Amino acid sequence: MSEPVLSVRAVRKVFRAGRGTNVVLDDLSLDVTEHEVVVLVGASGSGKSTLLRCVNLLETIDDGAIYLEGRHITDPRVKPDPVRQRIGIVFQSFNLFPHLTVLDNVTLAPRRVHRLTSGQARSRALALLDRVGLADKAAEYPDRLSGGQQQRVAIVRALVNAPRLMLLDEVTSALDPELVGEVLALIRDVKEQGMTMLIATHEMAFARQVADRVCFLDRGRILEEGTPEQVLGAPREPRTRQFLQRIVEAGKL
Amino acid sequence: MTVAAPATGYEPSALQRDRVAYRRRQTVRSVLVAAASTLVLGVLLLVAVTGAPGWERVRSSFFDPGVAWRALPDVLRGLWLNVQLLVFCATGALAVGLVAAILRTLRPAIFFPLRALATSYTYVFRGAPLIIVLYLFTFGVPGLRLTGTPPVLVLGGAALVIVYGAYLAEVFRAGIESVHPSQRAAARSLGLTYRQTMRHVVLPQAARRVAPPILNDLVALQKDVGLISLAGPIDAIRAAQIQTAQTYNYTPYVLAGVLFVLLALPLIAVTDWVTLRAARRQSAEHAA
Ligand SMILES: Nc1ncnc2c1ncn2[C@@H]1O[C@H](COP(=O)(O)OP(=O)(O)OP(=O)(O)O)[C@@H](O)[C@H]1O
Ligand SMILES: [Mg+2]
Repeated sequence: MSEPVLSVRAVRKVFRAGRGTNVVLDDLSLDVTEHEVVVLVGASGSGKSTLLRCVNLLETIDDGAIYLEGRHITDPRVKPDPVRQRIGIVFQSFNLFPHLTVLDNVTLAPRRVHRLTSGQARSRALALLDRVGLADKAAEYPDRLSGGQQQRVAIVRALVNAPRLMLLDEVTSALDPELVGEVLALIRDVKEQGMTMLIATHEMAFARQVADRVCFLDRGRILEEGTPEQVLGAPREPRTRQFLQRIVEAGKL
Repeated sequence: MTVAAPATGYEPSALQRDRVAYRRRQTVRSVLVAAASTLVLGVLLLVAVTGAPGWERVRSSFFDPGVAWRALPDVLRGLWLNVQLLVFCATGALAVGLVAAILRTLRPAIFFPLRALATSYTYVFRGAPLIIVLYLFTFGVPGLRLTGTPPVLVLGGAALVIVYGAYLAEVFRAGIESVHPSQRAAARSLGLTYRQTMRHVVLPQAARRVAPPILNDLVALQKDVGLISLAGPIDAIRAAQIQTAQTYNYTPYVLAGVLFVLLALPLIAVTDWVTLRAARRQSAEHAA
C-alpha cells in the first residue's frame, strides 16, 4: 500500500479552560490515503474542527506528530507557509475577503503565493468558477452572494491552488437546506476528480454518499471507524448508537 | 424607485400607484419644510446679530473687506507654508503611525524590543503636550550646537510627525484588531505569509474602517501645523496676527479662519466619497 497523504500519529491537544485544562484531542491517530475521502462525525465539541485546524497548523499540538506525504509537519523547525500551500481548507463561515471581488478572492493566492501571472490565475479561476456555475458572479463582492454561492466560491478558492489535501469543516451548516444541495453536489464532483479529503460534517446523508471511511469522534478520540454502512448503519459502540439516535430524532439522517 | 416597466408587461396596481404618489408628495413636503425652517432661522440670526447694539463696531473690526483684501497676500503666503507643512507632516505621521501600529501587533518573541518600543512611543507621545515637544525640538535640539542640525522648520515638522504619529498609530491599531481573526486564518491557510496577509487582507479592510477617525486627526493636524510659528516661521495665523497688530483690526484672523475651513473641505469631501463608494460597492461589510 502506498504512503498515506496525511498521517496523524497519537496527537494530543489541550486548551486551557479557566484554571483547569480541556483535553480536546486525546492520543488520536488517523491516516488518509491518496484519493480517499474520510468523514469525521461526532457531537458538537468532540474536536473535529480542532483536528482540522491542527492539520493546517493553525493550532499547535501538545503531543504526537502529523505527517503530510511522509514529511513531519509539526516539527517546530518546519515553516508553516509551504505546508499550508499544499492543503486547501474551507471553513463553516466561508471567510471570504469582503473587500475583494469573487475573482480577486480566488486569484489572490495563485498570484501572491504560487506566483502565477495575472492572466494565468484569471483563466484558471474563471474555468473553475464556470464549473461551479458562478462565472457570471466573478465581478461581484462576496456580501452580495447567497450563502451557497459564497461557500462554492470558498471551495473554488481552495481548489484553484491544486492542493494535495482538502479539509472541509462543516461547509454546509451555515446554509439553508435548499442551498446545501448545491454545495454537496460540488464536493461529490471534487471527489470524482480524485481529490483526497478530510471532512467534518453533521450531514449523515452526505457522509454516506461521499465517505470512503467514516470516523466517529468522541471526546477527542476516534471511538469507531469503518465504511459508512458499518459506522452509520450498524454501529458497534453504544455511544455511536446514542449519537446517531439523537440525529435521527432531530430528523437529519 | 421608478415604476412602469412595460417591457415585461407589468402594470403597477392602483394601490401601488397611490403609494408612490403619496411618497412623492411626502418628499416634496419635507423638502419644503426644511427650506422654510432654515430660512426662518437664518433671518432670525441675521436680525439678532445685525440688530445688536454693538454690531457696527464688530463689523468694522472683524468683517472689514478692505482690511481683508490688504491682508490677503500675506495670509496666503502664510497659508502656503501651512499647506506644505500639512502635506509633509500628514505623510510622515501616517507612515510613522502605520509602522508603530504594525509593530505593536507583532507577536513573535524576537520582536519584543520593537513592540515595547512602539508601545512606549504611543504612551509617551499621546501624553506629552504638543507645545512642549515642539519647544524641545525647535529650541532644545539646536541648543545642542551639533553640526548638521536641520533648520527649525524641519525640526518643528518632526515634532508634529512624532506626536501625531502616536495618535494615528492607535487608530490604525484599533482598525487592524477590528478585522476578525477568521480573516487572517483564511489568508494564512491559503499559504499567504504574515506580510502578504497584512498587505492584501488585513490592512485594506482596516484602512477603510478607520478612514473617518484618521481624517479627524488630519484636520486637527492641519490646525496644529500653525503652532510651528511659535518657533519663528510665519504661517497664516501668524501672518494674520502681524497684520492685526499693525491695524488693530481682527479681520485678518477671520480671513485666515475662512481659508482654513476652505482648505479642509476638499480633504473631507474626498475621504467621505471614497469610503462611501467602497461601502456601497461591497454593500454590507459590517454584516460579514
Ligand atoms: N481557541 C480555543 N480556546 C479554548 N478552547 C477551545 C478553542 N477552540 C476550541 N476549543 C474547545 O475545544 C473543544 C472542541 O472544539 P471543536 O471546535 O474542535 O469541536 P467540534 O467537534 O468542531 O464541534 P462542532 O461540531 O460544534 O463544530 C470544545 O470544547 C471547545 O470549547
Ligand atoms: Mg466545528
